[in-house]
Amino acid sequence: MTVLAPTDLDGALAALAERPDATVLAGGTDLMVELNFGHRRAGVFVSLRRVRELREWSRVGDELTIGATVTYTGLERGQIATLVPALAQAARTVGSPQIRNAGTIGGNLATASPAGDTLPVLSALDAVVVCASASAGRREVSVHDFLVGPKRSALAAGELVVAVRVPVLSGPQEFLKVGTRNAMVISIAGVALVTDAARGGLRCALGSVGPTALRAADAESFAATAVEWPSRRATPEAAIEFGRLTAGAARPIDDHRATAHYRRHAVEVCARRAFERVTLR
Amino acid sequence: MTTTRTQARAPRVGESALRPDGIPKVQGRFLFGNDLWADGMLWGKTLRSPHAHARIARIDVTPALAMTGVFAVLTADDVPGSGVFGLEQADQPVFASGVVRYVGEPIAVVAADHPELARRACEAIVVEYEVLTPLVDSQAAITAAAIHPDGNILRHLVIRHGDIDAIGDVVVEGIYEVGMQDQAFMGPESGLAIPDDDGGVQLFVSTQFVHADRDQTAACLGLPPDMVRATVAGTGGAFGGREDICLQVHVCLLALRTGRPVKMLYSRDESFVGHVHRHPARMEYRHHARRDGTIVKVEARVVFDGGAYASTSSAVLANACCFGAGPYRVPNAFIEGWAVRTNNPPCGAMRGFGAVQTCFAHEAQMDKLADALAIDRVELRLRNALEPGDTIITGQRITGTAPVAAVIRACADAPFPAGAELDPDSESAPMLLRPGGAGRTADARHVTRALGFAVSYKNLMFSEGFDDYSTARVRVEDGIATVHCACAEVGQGFVTLAQQIAREVLDIDEVVLAPADTHVGSAGSTSASRQTWMSGGAVEGACRLVKAQMEADAAAGTVQRVYEATFEHHHAPTQRLDENGQGDAHVSFAFAAHRAVVDVDRDLGLVRVVDVTTAQDVGRVLNPVQALGQIEGGIAQGVGLAVMEELVVDQGRIRNASFTDYLIPTALDMPTVTVAALIEEPEPGAPFGAKGIGEPPTISSTAAVAAAIRAATGRAVDRVPVRPDDLLF
Ligand SMILES: Cc1cc2nc3c(=O)[nH]c(=O)nc-3n(C[C@H](O)[C@H](O)[C@H](O)COP(=O)(O)OP(=O)(O)OC[C@H]3O[C@@H](n4cnc5c(N)ncnc54)[C@H](O)[C@@H]3O)c2cc1C
Repeated sequence: MTVLAPTDLDGALAALAERPDATVLAGGTDLMVELNFGHRRAGVFVSLRRVRELREWSRVGDELTIGATVTYTGLERGQIATLVPALAQAARTVGSPQIRNAGTIGGNLATASPAGDTLPVLSALDAVVVCASASAGRREVSVHDFLVGPKRSALAAGELVVAVRVPVLSGPQEFLKVGTRNAMVISIAGVALVTDAARGGLRCALGSVGPTALRAADAESFAATAVEWPSRRATPEAAIEFGRLTAGAARPIDDHRATAHYRRHAVEVCARRAFERVTLR
Repeated sequence: MTTTRTQARAPRVGESALRPDGIPKVQGRFLFGNDLWADGMLWGKTLRSPHAHARIARIDVTPALAMTGVFAVLTADDVPGSGVFGLEQADQPVFASGVVRYVGEPIAVVAADHPELARRACEAIVVEYEVLTPLVDSQAAITAAAIHPDGNILRHLVIRHGDIDAIGDVVVEGIYEVGMQDQAFMGPESGLAIPDDDGGVQLFVSTQFVHADRDQTAACLGLPPDMVRATVAGTGGAFGGREDICLQVHVCLLALRTGRPVKMLYSRDESFVGHVHRHPARMEYRHHARRDGTIVKVEARVVFDGGAYASTSSAVLANACCFGAGPYRVPNAFIEGWAVRTNNPPCGAMRGFGAVQTCFAHEAQMDKLADALAIDRVELRLRNALEPGDTIITGQRITGTAPVAAVIRACADAPFPAGAELDPDSESAPMLLRPGGAGRTADARHVTRALGFAVSYKNLMFSEGFDDYSTARVRVEDGIATVHCACAEVGQGFVTLAQQIAREVLDIDEVVLAPADTHVGSAGSTSASRQTWMSGGAVEGACRLVKAQMEADAAAGTVQRVYEATFEHHHAPTQRLDENGQGDAHVSFAFAAHRAVVDVDRDLGLVRVVDVTTAQDVGRVLNPVQALGQIEGGIAQGVGLAVMEELVVDQGRIRNASFTDYLIPTALDMPTVTVAALIEEPEPGAPFGAKGIGEPPTISSTAAVAAAIRAATGRAVDRVPVRPDDLLF
């Protein structure tokens, strides 16, 4: 087993170009499980831990660039939490403290699980994923195009997730996640809701109820008129309707974790509650 | 600077003694069975059936044997002794041959010089199956074509007590179900076998009953029992899941065949198919009572799914039936129990051992009855509470203590701890502590709080004529006492207790506990809440023998350097239940009451258990900190069964055999545990008057949580674990 530990981004990209058989290792919280279960084999690893550029985040104007190896703990605490509260809320729902100390946002994107908890938030924020490889250089991909299907992303061979870019919006944000345990549980339904007071709208995305994060387009258009902007006033009936429309966007399945029926119901309830939390009577 | 170390007097009986393995376990320094190592050892791996029911048409091991680094591949043809084993009846093949009866049944084992190679060698074994339809419905199993030469009925037990045609003024009925719970112990199954020069074998194994392991293993190896020298290796928990053997025979066979040490350890997902589970149960109940609340009769029909092999199903069913009416005076009863064989995963012992399932049902019935009679639920229980001298539904008179009313009163009257008041200031409760927890799903107004109450009882020690004695050898040499007992430490606290007892009796501070192995007589199983009584009693007896000898010699002026004595401790004999389920089948009983406060998110069907308050009949507390540990741990397991812990089995296949999906409570799911009272009425015949305390915390805590959820939602909650759908649709 070989573990390459480059200390900068170029080194990491070069290592990946030299060793096409290499597997990227970030926090290892998905990868090590797969290796331990024998679902995946790998002999060469490129560890991102020492790559400084990937660990950092920065703000330019109303845009935040979050490095791929920023951990959940990093998202949950400190300034990012006040700038993108829904991302911090989603980060807090992930695993246990140990997992949150190790797991990274880039790993969540690259794994592209339908239950990845940051993914509905990134979708609601219309995030942009910054990717790079030694051969093709940098490219920017909308998160909607990046997430292709269950455990499938638009990453090419030898390509890294370098960062993800999200807007700093004004207005409240919410992330709600349903699981049958009060912590450390795989989501059976998740709802991310962000307000964009400047543009007068709500953006809503769902997790664990489709092959990837889904946007609730009908609910969003409804909110554009049903909510009074910029006061964010809305009626109780509007919340109910918003929940109903959001549930309409869900495409859940039955599995051993939950029934499709319950997942859809949970989306409706969570969307209604999220709406009530971000609006005023 | 000087440091003074106060030489504290080492803890005696009744004082808190800290476990020596506690801190190492938390820090990851404890050596579990899976840390065992021997120079030159090989790695064993099991090939398991992917089918719940199939005929084996052909097995070809040659491709595996041909691999370099593979030293042995063994199947049923290679078992020199008995081809079958079992705790109560030998009906389970060491390796399936001809037919497989559950998913995960062992078919072959491999020894190789690397674990990964052993795994690949298993994959290389060719097995041709003719897949058969699995029998997965326990009710249908009663009359279905037999899936085993011994038939599908593991036990059919009928309890007829008093006038079985008696009728009450008020009748309430219900049908209840309990799902399959797993022990989910720390430290998956592991063992190391080392061949001895004389043709025997040493076995180091994580177990809860090392002599039963030895005897069954020796029978399958075709060796006399004393040629299998077994030692308990570092064991996490057990909770019943290590009472049956799993890899014991396999690892010894491989060691004897290869002439080299062989180690086997199960991965966590393998562990889920590698041990027995709590029986899923379906229970139909009818209670009759007079208008004043006096219970007239309890009728029940219970079906326990034993899975493919017998394990301890027969004793589990007996408990379910014997305690199936609860700790109440029930003059008339008709209880019919079935334990049946299916192609589901085998079920056997788990903490509470049959009493858990029927407690959930009888306590739901007691609430229904109280409501139908318009009597307070606690009051109804008090009116019917068993007392010493009463006769239970098996016709046995309670000759020991039975502080049922005391546990009920203490638990029901306890003040609510801060944060668990029925009328909480819920706006101020942190969102993390609401149903949904870290998921932030509930606002205060979505949450309903309610309480539930439940009472239980269960036997201590083995029942129905089983002489589950324990043996201890005590040696005093140069002022140091050594205790040798085969009692397996699986978390219950014998490590400290044996020392406390020896110190108490001998008045010697320094007491060493020798490894638990088969070089001393049997201690029986660490189960049935029995080791404090049985092995504690054996240690006490041996110490008293030593002490008497020391005192006699001191008086005679003939003091020796070494004193040693061995004592076998037997409990009072019991009888097998007769054809009407009557007889003095049990040694002693322990009682507990639980009061649960839960918060339920009405729209999402999510639950958070806020507090469980308990009062328990303990006889006498021998180690307060350990008693609290047993109560907290037992309640965690009871809460788990109430709200999340279930192996989801589909056509015989476990769909959530991993900790990703088999959910057990986290810190955010664990309620506060409030001990309202430990009722200390010394039990006659029990060493130091102490009753076992390990199982009662689990039994009625599940029922109490279910009752609270029922109260919060108005739903039937006739099945545990409660799923969100059950509370909504
Ligand atoms: C106990 C436990 C609980 C968990 N709970 C949750 C949960 O509640 N919610 C949730 O969403 N997830 C959960 N996870 C999954 C996991 O923690 C997350 O998906 C995490 O974000 C993965 O990040 P990582 O840094 O650990 O990735 P790694 O495991 O290191 O990598 C995962 C995959 O992504 C690739 N990869 C990683 N970083 C990059 C990069 N920068 N560029 C290209 N490819 C990359 C790797 O090659 C690998 O294929 C849990 C995992 C565990 C073990």
